[in-house]
Amino acid sequence: MSVTSPDTSRRSRWREREHPALAAWLFLLPSFAGFAIFTAVPVVAAAVISFLDWNLFSPPTCAGLSNFIELGSDPTFWAALVNTAVFTFTSVPLTILVSFVLALMVNQGFKRIAVVRSLLLLPYATITVAVAFVWIWLYIPTGGLINRVIGLFGLDGPAWLVSDVWAMPALVLMSVWKSFGFGMVIFLAGLQAIPQHLYDAAKVDGASGARQLWHVTVPMLSPSIFFVVVTSIIGSFQVFDQALIMTNGGPGTSTTTLVMYIYRTAFENYNQGYASAQSLVLFAFILVITAIQFLAQRRLVHYDQ
Amino acid sequence: MTSDLIEARAAAPAPTASSRRADGRPAKAEVTAKLLVFATFVVTAFTLIPIVMMVLVAFQSDADAMRATPYMIPPTWHPENFARVLTMVPLGQHLLNTVIFAGGTAILETVTAALAAYAFARIKFRGREALFGVYLATLMIPTQVTLIPQFIMIARLQWVDTWWGMILPYAFTALGVFLLRQFFLGIPMEYEEAARIDGASRWQIFTGIILPMAVPAVATLAVFKFIAQWNNLLWPLVVSNTNATRTVTVGLQVFQDTQGTQWNLLLAAATITTVPLIILFFLTQRWFVRGITMSGLGGR
Repeated sequence: MSVTSPDTSRRSRWREREHPALAAWLFLLPSFAGFAIFTAVPVVAAAVISFLDWNLFSPPTCAGLSNFIELGSDPTFWAALVNTAVFTFTSVPLTILVSFVLALMVNQGFKRIAVVRSLLLLPYATITVAVAFVWIWLYIPTGGLINRVIGLFGLDGPAWLVSDVWAMPALVLMSVWKSFGFGMVIFLAGLQAIPQHLYDAAKVDGASGARQLWHVTVPMLSPSIFFVVVTSIIGSFQVFDQALIMTNGGPGTSTTTLVMYIYRTAFENYNQGYASAQSLVLFAFILVITAIQFLAQRRLVHYDQ
Repeated sequence: MTSDLIEARAAAPAPTASSRRADGRPAKAEVTAKLLVFATFVVTAFTLIPIVMMVLVAFQSDADAMRATPYMIPPTWHPENFARVLTMVPLGQHLLNTVIFAGGTAILETVTAALAAYAFARIKFRGREALFGVYLATLMIPTQVTLIPQFIMIARLQWVDTWWGMILPYAFTALGVFLLRQFFLGIPMEYEEAARIDGASRWQIFTGIILPMAVPAVATLAVFKFIAQWNNLLWPLVVSNTNATRTVTVGLQVFQDTQGTQWNLLLAAATITTVPLIILFFLTQRWFVRGITMSGLGGR
């Protein structure tokens, strides 16, 4: 009887031409619900917990600003903050430099390139905890592989992981080794996307190899560099595994990182409020540094069109 | 695409060498190119030392591994170290747990991210840009900020030491949505419009057209996530208390406490937990490199 059968009318009702927002929300729902429950709610909760005195077992009491005030006079917190900053601002530039140079080297046309690239990516595909153990072995002060190599030149290698001066450089070196592969792949992909005619034009203008690198390669690669810098800095601020395994934060507090201190405060000393306050400070630092990078991006990163 | 390009270039003579030859300076350019190749091989060899040592020490006898000046090549080979380790620590169980944890998070993340990325890339709706901005901003939230509330939530739900508690909090990240959206944006709208004229629903377009075209990007995301979670130490350390859910990262950490510095056994355990991941990476890295190029991370 009716012109539209119930079936077709239902189908047309679900056509997104009429309900684009409904279709979009159905697609977004699983991801959005997960976010709301496991990210949005916890972030708000962390802010609330930071004002509490809570050990998880007895009921929480309001602590006011005391957790944040305590941070100011906690030498371990400041040491952890400085250590994390030192780690980030040494390991990230080094990692980027190594990734960049290796990407340039691998990008040279030669046979067996795929094999070399795969081998250079192996450190990235290892487990941090597992290779951290090998690095402890490499760093053994007497008889460790690294100090034996240094000994070949008639020098005495440092005590590395048991020295409060050398433990941090040792962590940085291991971390650069572990993570340069990721940047290398991204730079390699970026290098492949640079049109050859730009180099040809530079050559016609008489630009040397170094000038081509600085005036063609670096600007054209700047979006990739920006991406790797931002993700590496965020990752480095969260360094945990290698420090826990290789030095356990020592000697003293020379390699205690912020995340390690947060973990200990929350799950060894059961002071959730104080740990949450620390985590918010870490968050604030990441926000400030990322904001600075996005401002710098406007001046330094070159996007086509 | 990148790897094909790289190999195509490798097959052709090195571009700098040939162009310099036209300038009449063949010798210098050729030497430079050869030196670069040599340097690349030397650097690669140095890079592999820690991994090679991990395996070599794992084969040494207990006494050899305890020497003050350790051997590089084991004087006698002891493959039984690997079997010994497996009886001391339930590494097999830990490996299986890691596969469930890393696989579970990778699958869930990829599915939910693909759905969300489709909406962000292909459907116009009010508030889309603002909502996507919020998603991107969450990339900056360090896991440590959510760590404590997530643990409290999991504890309240009685999910400590369960797969729900292990997997769900790590199954949703904006990075996946971002990566896949970039890729979906690159697929021409014409495919979709033609299908819609033929009466296909959004769901049919998503599963029948977009997803099959996005296999490299989706696979890249899945491998990325799998490796990241295989590596994850912090969350399993907090949530898994027994061998029912304990992953290899936690298993190795426990091993250190109980075994001190029995290097051959410790590094045998490290080898057992690392090699499967390296094999997976080797098998998938061609896709991986390609996916990075196509998702637009590698440049413009």
